[in-house]
Amino acid sequence: MSVGPISQIGADEPASLPLSPLPRSREPAAAPAYAPAAASGRMRLINQHPGRGEKILLGALLFVALIIAYSIGSYLRLSANPDDKLLPSLAQMSRAMYEFAFVPDVRSGDYLLWSDTAASLGRLFSGIAISAMIAVGLGVPAGFIPRARATLAPFVAAISLIPPITILPVLFIIFGLGETSKIVLIVIGTAPVMVRYMAQMVTEIPQEQIIKAATLGASTWQMILRVVFPQIMPKLITCIRLSLAPAWIFLISAEAIASTGGLGYRIFLVRRYLAMDVILPYVAWITLIAFALDRLLYLYSKRRYAWAHIEGGAL
Amino acid sequence: MSFVEAQNIWVRYGDAPILERVSIAVERGSFCTIVGASGCGKSTFLRLLLGQERPQRGRVLMEGAVIPAEPTPDRGIVFQRYSVFPHLTAMQNLTLPAAFEQSPFLGRLFGKARREAEEAADAMLAKIGLSHARDRYPAQLSGGMQQRLAIAQALLKRPKILLMDEPFGALDPGIRLDMQTLLLNIWRETGMTIFMVTHDISEAFRLGTRLIVFDKVRHDPQHPTAFGATITYDLKLKDGTALDSFRAAEFLAEQTINQDGAVHV
Repeated sequence: MSVGPISQIGADEPASLPLSPLPRSREPAAAPAYAPAAASGRMRLINQHPGRGEKILLGALLFVALIIAYSIGSYLRLSANPDDKLLPSLAQMSRAMYEFAFVPDVRSGDYLLWSDTAASLGRLFSGIAISAMIAVGLGVPAGFIPRARATLAPFVAAISLIPPITILPVLFIIFGLGETSKIVLIVIGTAPVMVRYMAQMVTEIPQEQIIKAATLGASTWQMILRVVFPQIMPKLITCIRLSLAPAWIFLISAEAIASTGGLGYRIFLVRRYLAMDVILPYVAWITLIAFALDRLLYLYSKRRYAWAHIEGGAL
Repeated sequence: MSFVEAQNIWVRYGDAPILERVSIAVERGSFCTIVGASGCGKSTFLRLLLGQERPQRGRVLMEGAVIPAEPTPDRGIVFQRYSVFPHLTAMQNLTLPAAFEQSPFLGRLFGKARREAEEAADAMLAKIGLSHARDRYPAQLSGGMQQRLAIAQALLKRPKILLMDEPFGALDPGIRLDMQTLLLNIWRETGMTIFMVTHDISEAFRLGTRLIVFDKVRHDPQHPTAFGATITYDLKLKDGTALDSFRAAEFLAEQTINQDGAVHV
């Protein structure tokens, strides 16, 4: 029997080590080390994972803390001065939002929250859609065809370094103050980086696959259609998700400077009246939309391009 | 005239010579296994045959003509990894060559053409024992299944030469044996000429009708990359099983003698 030496080692252990409540036995099977439930309290922090419910609680923690902190601050300021505008109460903000969402504007008859949202999203989607088309249209050749890369790479790299906001006056002069210049600003702000990202993603397709396609008789065009496009589509969605943040910045900036509607326009308009009860909910609303867009894109990618989200060799 | 012939090949990457004075003539239907230390140009030699690279000196001929300078369907390839398309199911991976052939602009098949391609692919899947994995993506297949799929895919275009770069290098020993059997059967059935790079010397002996060893003959201890490798052994094995025992023994003895850091086969 080989039990002897093992149990001897066990007998030499310092008394404080074993975590198991079981009495010492001479059987090696009773060696303590692997009792996860009993041991979890003593495990390293990096190995302790929250359960489902705890995860939700922990995730909500900072949001709740922020709301509480804000409410306290708002309460303190308002009790000192009921006309304080800096930290409106949650009730004041709800009232303002109710008016923006469900009471038609006296002058235009629009429900402002919705008309602002529609205007801004229209610009955002147009800009991002155009950028995405440019990103694929230029990024794929730039990443796949050496001659196209030699032509495009230096130019795109240079263009992407222009600070987009500096172009805004030029856009206003060329396209006027209408929708075009705002959409073009989003495109100029996001497209060059997206082109570079997509070109990079194309070059990261393993060379083996391209060679394999060649030995299967594919032309360059067929490779683009059947090997490159499908594989970079999930990357394009990632790219769009990453570009949404700068796109919002350019959208709000353009709206702030010259516009007659839109979320950014509204925020900068009511700023004149220190209307924090409108600005703060608007910011929260923009954040919520941005978050929802990001999640929707992620879920779409997961559903449409399941192969790209399979991790490891799960059977 | 030999089927495949390399004539006095020299290849260098920048300052580093990789291959020098490589000449070999291979008959149609041979199964050449290629072994050698890491970084001694086995894979480079395979890429020359593939047309992915060109030698600085010398030429590679197939059926008497210089091989095209880019991969073409007459030379199939199986890599150690990334050989199948991750975004296509097993079935789609196998209908792809037909789509390339019949649909130059869309690269897709519809209706009758599609059904025919799928029937052919189904037959191939059954042959390699993957019928049950028809609609799975490569990431959902084990390493062995992926390589079976890769081999099947490479065979669809009926290449004259099949090039394999350590195709079973990442597989478990048991799976590896199955794959070797499968490959031998395919080779006997199709009569293809196969070039296979491997790290596994026993695999090289078991499968090959001809064993080619790449190694450096000249060494500069102060400058290990001063010289390129060439073919140091070219053993004709009979039928891939009954090997030329004398030369093999001599070869193996040589490998043990050379354990001074110079050769690691």
